[in-house]
Amino acid sequence: MQAVIRVEGLRKAYGSRVAVDGISFEVYEGEIFGMVGPNGAGKTTTIECIEGLRRPDGGTVRVLGLDPQQEGLRLRQRIGIQLQEGGLPDRLRVEEAVTLFASFYPRPMDPQALLERLGLAGLRRVPFGQLSGGQKQRLFIALALVGNPELVFLDELTTGLDPHARRAMWDMVREIRAEGRTVFLTTHYMEEAERLCDRVAIMDRGRIVALDTPERLIHALGAEHRVIFHTNAPFDPTPLRDLPGVSQVEQIGERVVIYGKGDRLAAQVVEALVARGIAPRDLRVEQPTLEDVFLALTGRPMEEANPRENQGGNR
Amino acid sequence: MTVVKMGLRLVMTEVKLYLREPVAAFFTFAFAPMMLILFGSIFGNQPSPFLGGRGMVDVSVPAYLGMIIATVGLISVPIGIATRREARILRRFRAAPLPPAVYLIAQLVMYYAVTLLGGIALVLAGRLLFGMRFDGNPLAVLAGFTVATLAFLGLGVAVGSMAPTARTAQAVGMILAFPMMALGGAWMPLETLPESVRRISAWLPLTHVVVLMRGLWAGSSPGRHIGDITFLIVTGILGGLLAARFFRWE
Repeated sequence: MQAVIRVEGLRKAYGSRVAVDGISFEVYEGEIFGMVGPNGAGKTTTIECIEGLRRPDGGTVRVLGLDPQQEGLRLRQRIGIQLQEGGLPDRLRVEEAVTLFASFYPRPMDPQALLERLGLAGLRRVPFGQLSGGQKQRLFIALALVGNPELVFLDELTTGLDPHARRAMWDMVREIRAEGRTVFLTTHYMEEAERLCDRVAIMDRGRIVALDTPERLIHALGAEHRVIFHTNAPFDPTPLRDLPGVSQVEQIGERVVIYGKGDRLAAQVVEALVARGIAPRDLRVEQPTLEDVFLALTGRPMEEANPRENQGGNR
Repeated sequence: MTVVKMGLRLVMTEVKLYLREPVAAFFTFAFAPMMLILFGSIFGNQPSPFLGGRGMVDVSVPAYLGMIIATVGLISVPIGIATRREARILRRFRAAPLPPAVYLIAQLVMYYAVTLLGGIALVLAGRLLFGMRFDGNPLAVLAGFTVATLAFLGLGVAVGSMAPTARTAQAVGMILAFPMMALGGAWMPLETLPESVRRISAWLPLTHVVVLMRGLWAGSSPGRHIGDITFLIVTGILGGLLAARFFRWE
């Protein structure tokens, strides 16, 4: 696989606060690469050093073979950037913004087709200042795509969006990748990273604490699954404890939770219940998530590490 | 070539945006003609020995050009620069493959263009409504107007770059602009100000704009205004240096 981004020993401090502490990684062509972690972990600083908008204190960065500091202009002709904090003049209309930015690139996309595709066609003449948060975000994606980029940067794309809009954004990102563009995104939603990204770098306090596919990160954790169900008739779940892989059984009223490991855990539990003539109701299996991975790696849950939800307090 | 095309597109867009701001558009294009109509109707345009044999309108038009230059330079420009920084608009443009210099030059060209349009609207009002006298060389007047405008754009970018917020930029701009207009002869002819006040006026850049424009209007040669022109060029350079020192993209 061809690396489109190579970062080695990247370091950046603001005064005495070290934002990025010597990280190294590569992003491959055609993948959706995610950088996750709480606000202030250094994600935005990293992405902005890669985009050439911030000057690193140390380390080397190469993007599409270019040095973002020395060849920033040439680089920005080939990448698309959606900023975590960006704005436009309030009175600039949607269509004007897209055609204006199209004029900055050597091989732009057709602005009209792009507006259609992003559901902005009905808003052509609406000024930026009158757009909703989700509409602004779609316009910023349009500005990130209008240059027909090989590589797209999305910084906290879905922060502040409602769940419906967030899901629509995920589809959009998959579509961008399907066109053959590489996507580099940052998020502080673990669920987003897990569902969307081919590979995830988990960042905490300026360092990458893990980097792999979400499945492998979760698998490597070796955490237990939970099988949860309800029963109509009271029964004694104690014998389930003897099933292979099961470590613990909890019963709270009608609700039973079985903890254990192994791919066959759920199947074994169901078999055992059926053999006893018990019909489980509302059965579901809970698997460990990236949240659990973060907790295991850093010793604290994401919610604690994310003191101010929806606030891009980091830089 | 593509850089020029980018810049022109940016200028066109920025001019449109400027025209959409009702307050800025009013003070740039309508306020000076309205004052001219008001005072012209009251005082008429009869030649007066007090004004060197000219009428009220004849001396007001070049003076009001100074008012337009100061309004755009000291009020519109600082608000524009600081708002674009505060609302993260500069960041958004910097993330595009647009040379930073092209963006900044396009801004200056836009402000120059709207100042010039405002000046043309004023001159047309004076000519069509009051038969204003003009004894100058149009090219010399345009050159003087350009030097004066650039000097005030420099001051404006400096204020906008140094002000921490758009609100501060607006306040500082107004504090600079209004006393300068009152003492610099942009509203009332300098002749009506007492000698002691005129000694202060001599240190205000706008006074030199008004004196230069009135002089060129009446047909005196640019060489006789070398002091005013030098004062304005120095002002512009100082403004530009301060702007270069304090300008921030975010």
